[in-house]
Amino acid sequence: MTGPLVGIVLVSHSARVAESVAELAQGLAAGGPPVPLATAGGTLDGGLGTSAELIVAAARAVDRGAGVALLADLGSSVLTVKALLAEEGELPAGALLIDAPFVEGAVSALVTASAGADLAAVAASAAEAYAYRKV
Amino acid sequence: MRDAEFFRRWMAAATAAVDREAARLTELDSPIGDADHGANLQRGFTAVLAALEADPPDHPGGVLQLAGRTLISTVGGASGPLYGTLLRRAGKELGEAAEVGDDELRRALYAGVGAVAQLGGAAPGDKTMLDALVPGVAALSTSYRAARDAAEHGALATVPLRARKGRAGYLGERSIGHEDPGAASSALLLAALADVAEAAAAEDAAGGAA
Repeated sequence: MTGPLVGIVLVSHSARVAESVAELAQGLAAGGPPVPLATAGGTLDGGLGTSAELIVAAARAVDRGAGVALLADLGSSVLTVKALLAEEGELPAGALLIDAPFVEGAVSALVTASAGADLAAVAASAAEAYAYRKV
Repeated sequence: MRDAEFFRRWMAAATAAVDREAARLTELDSPIGDADHGANLQRGFTAVLAALEADPPDHPGGVLQLAGRTLISTVGGASGPLYGTLLRRAGKELGEAAEVGDDELRRALYAGVGAVAQLGGAAPGDKTMLDALVPGVAALSTSYRAARDAAEHGALATVPLRARKGRAGYLGERSIGHEDPGAASSALLLAALADVAEAAAAEDAAGGAA
């Protein structure tokens, strides 16, 4: 008997980047139970940028009561999530901005969440991606 | 004392200034940014005015908090959460009071600027909006006009700086020689405040003479 899974939101300046990273992470995490995952990419009118509205909608959509891990790519994506977290009532209780590289962190977070890990473990696992040196 | 109407006028004056200067802000944002600062702020402040009209808050703190929330949700670039945090935090500092004094306004903006610095992780000298906001808000203890002048001076003083934050930070040395668009728009915000404060003082003087 397992409880609800941690939800994951991918926030990017680009809808296609967010959706592609979601596809990649889901592919690599395949095998485990499906993790609630949503993207908030680009602006409402389909341009490059950040939409607070899309972020809030995505976070609410994946909230199962076990917390929501938000991964953001750059600049305004990160700042908008932080500004929303500072405001009560916007993001679900238990929403957390994950300090991790976007692609690696998304894969790591999804695999960990799929194993039923709690929010702190998902965050720690994603953050570990920073320690992996490529050279 | 300043009431909600004073703060609504400030937001209206800021919107007019952003409309007037949108092309210049975007031009400043072209060599070192992504050429959207003017349009982003126009969209944001236009939404602020609409929100204030749709559901007018009856106290100064409410005006600034609604303005801040609206900027966060409508701008679409980094200036949204940054200006949104500035105004929202200042609005929270002002609380529920129906009228606030100039000292309270100054302290509230000071807290707002601190929140911006914390959110963006920037400090004065990094070629950001803080280079106009920090000297501008500090000069509020002298006068609104001094604040406007200090912010404008601070914005122009970003030209020789090397950017350390945001997209311009990636450019390193190549960011030198350009005025920071965020500092330029911050100067507009404080100039709008000075304009409405001077207009209010002129109204008071006319009222007193009558």
